[in-house]
Amino acid sequence: HGPYQPHEPGYGLYQPGYSPYDDQIPDLNSQKLAIENAKAYLLESSTVSGLNLYDHLANMLTKILDERPTNAVDIIENISKDVKWAQFQKKMDTLRDEHEILPTFEAAEKRKALFLRANGEGAEELEEDIGETPLPNVMETAFYFEQAGIGLSKDESYHIYLALKNLITVHPIQTCRFWGKILGLEMNYIIAEVQYRDGEEEEEEGEEEEVTEEEEKGMGEIEEEDEDEEKEKDEPPKSTYKPPPVIPKEENGTGANKYVYFVCNEPGKPWVKLPPVTPAQIVCARKIKKFFTGRLDAPVVSFPPFPGNEANYLRAQIARISAGTQISPIGFYQFAEEEGDEDEEGGRDTFEENPDFQPLPVAEMVDSLSTWVHHVQSILMQGRCVWLNPIQKSEEEEDDEDEEEEKAEEPEELQQEVGPPLLTPLSEDEGIQNIPAWTAQPSTNLIPHHAAAILQSNRWPGAYAFASGRNFENIYFGWGHKYSPENHSPALPPPVQAEYPSGPEITETTDPTVEEEQAFKAAQEKALAAEEEEEEEEEAAEDDEEEDDD
Amino acid sequence: MEAASLPAGLELVAGGGAGLSPEKRAVLGSSLLLLQRDYRFERVWFWGCIQGVRGAYYIAEGLGPDRAAPRSRLYSLNCVEWSLLPPATKEMVAQAEQLKGRFQGDPSFEYENPEINAEDAEGLIEDSKELLIKEEARLVATIEQIDRAVGIIPRGAFVKTPLGSVHENRNFEGLSLTEAKKLSSYFHFTEPVNLKNKTLLEKADLDPSTDFLDSLEHDVPQGSWTVQLEKGGTVVVLRSLLWLGLTFYHVPMTKQYGYVYFGTGEKNLDLPFML
Repeated sequence: HGPYQPHEPGYGLYQPGYSPYDDQIPDLNSQKLAIENAKAYLLESSTVSGLNLYDHLANMLTKILDERPTNAVDIIENISKDVKWAQFQKKMDTLRDEHEILPTFEAAEKRKALFLRANGEGAEELEEDIGETPLPNVMETAFYFEQAGIGLSKDESYHIYLALKNLITVHPIQTCRFWGKILGLEMNYIIAEVQYRDGEEEEEEGEEEEVTEEEEKGMGEIEEEDEDEEKEKDEPPKSTYKPPPVIPKEENGTGANKYVYFVCNEPGKPWVKLPPVTPAQIVCARKIKKFFTGRLDAPVVSFPPFPGNEANYLRAQIARISAGTQISPIGFYQFAEEEGDEDEEGGRDTFEENPDFQPLPVAEMVDSLSTWVHHVQSILMQGRCVWLNPIQKSEEEEDDEDEEEEKAEEPEELQQEVGPPLLTPLSEDEGIQNIPAWTAQPSTNLIPHHAAAILQSNRWPGAYAFASGRNFENIYFGWGHKYSPENHSPALPPPVQAEYPSGPEITETTDPTVEEEQAFKAAQEKALAAEEEEEEEEEAAEDDEEEDDD
Repeated sequence: MEAASLPAGLELVAGGGAGLSPEKRAVLGSSLLLLQRDYRFERVWFWGCIQGVRGAYYIAEGLGPDRAAPRSRLYSLNCVEWSLLPPATKEMVAQAEQLKGRFQGDPSFEYENPEINAEDAEGLIEDSKELLIKEEARLVATIEQIDRAVGIIPRGAFVKTPLGSVHENRNFEGLSLTEAKKLSSYFHFTEPVNLKNKTLLEKADLDPSTDFLDSLEHDVPQGSWTVQLEKGGTVVVLRSLLWLGLTFYHVPMTKQYGYVYFGTGEKNLDLPFML
């Protein structure tokens, strides 16, 4: 009697030696043979991969018993896959692995370099400058902003701290401030606001001016040659278009160019100086809205076409944000006492710290916006902080041309643009629709004793300011754009310009039709015939007269 | 992001300048745990914070056994007391899309719906309730829109069982650095829309247990995600340009990932002009 098969009626009846858990082959020797056959089958190498099931199962079970994951039966397939995958990793390190340089390692090197102090020089300078250093206390500022939930991680703040220290040792800087961070598509910008020591202005400015003058002279020569050639040919009517006069940028150290800005993509990378901003760039930046890519030399493709590349656009946005959102508690800054300056156009533009400043309690700073003032001049519609009449300048420059024509075609007189004066309180700031320009909150409602007053700008989302006692600071974290509840609609292209005045010699007339031509001919012939008759009559009359006279 | 990984996650997301104060972080540690206990969630995610003009909303989401099921959403004004939000309906979303401007910060604030045609006005004069939309409804609709549009997870982080429910993949070890920089390694964690439009050839390469969601590759407009390596290249941070303020982080070759929203809750409709 062999073991019962499942379809036979005796199957399953428990009989000694025949329970379902007994091996099917009762004989011991044939049992051993069966085991060896089974093992030989398991040890068969696969023709495809060279592995064999026996080793694979052994490895898998070893791994499971070593690691003891929970619910191993649910992930058994993945464990099997992992064991197979591990076969393909060569345990012997080849040279290729060693040479794999991840970009992360390079970045780590740069960051580590921040922490190394330059030997020799570093030690000497420390002794001299411990008293006064333009280096701002970035960590202290970060602490106050963190109370409001604003700011970068402590690691990054510390890296920026060290990067600013590097900046100061390289350039002759009087004051330095961490302005903020602007996010971009490929990389971000970390921005430092800096003021040079007096008299240490860069010599690069002079070089740039010389280069432009040479270019202009070269252009002038080329233009004269062209004009000579053209006079010989028949010229089309000249256009009467005169481009509006270029408004010159403000001097370094005043107005929108009061501070110099340095940017870098990551702490550890070298700082790059941004060029000063021109009014045309600010006027254009107001009309466009583009993301920053993170590369300073990227072109800004927009309409109206932006006069510059991304470095200029970045500088223009920084200027607008600073003008709109840099604030301080009232009384911290005061005007220098010089009465002669009051009559000057454009108001005062210099201020100094007030030594008698009494900080107001935090509750007052939060409740009323008139306890804060702007300490950066606002930018006028023209693009400058101090209004400049462009017409006067253009008259001086263009003396060569006919002055009579100039004065006759003078455009309507430009009115002087006036903006809010320096140190205006925030309560004068206009809101957008029904949203106030600033949102004020204390940093914590639970512990009012040590709270700081936090202001967030609603016109430039990302601009924050805090004040706590004598400490205050402004910062910007964002994408660099102004808030507008309406969708951005780009400027329409200007209407097509009239090229030349239309006159009779230029306007086309329709050619006469055949009938008109024939009618004209007939009329002409009639007229000729009529004239001949008249002449004949006159001749006849004259002949008669002559005959009479004789 | 997972409530348990909140402290570490906030450090990694802080590159955008937005985060939480120490006070909020401290209280969230305990209040999210209590949420899990009270509502019997299996997982609690801290979704983020929507800044209103006068106050901010802090949002948390709770997940049940099937991670892809509709999630329960809760909001709080101070991170201590949480209120359950009603589930989002299509009408809510449609109405909220017409609203513009900032959130006010007061959940009972009512918006007047200004965009009504003359024809609609006649029909709606009878139901004057429809003209007013509460800020709470707008909040629900905005969160739903953001989750549906830009809530993302790395590929392989979740796995679909043959029964249809979705679980975390315990074998997920993290994306490699090269994979992490590609947009195709991230999926929208919502009902897939484009999956059935793929060609048969593409579908043959997909693994139905892990590739059951839409990837970010074909998002419109192209370029609406920025992928950056921060902290010296150790963290991959994705930021959405369509909903400014949504940040996703992942540390390659580890299990750490998550997304969080810190922003004003407004869609960036100027995106095509800005790219």
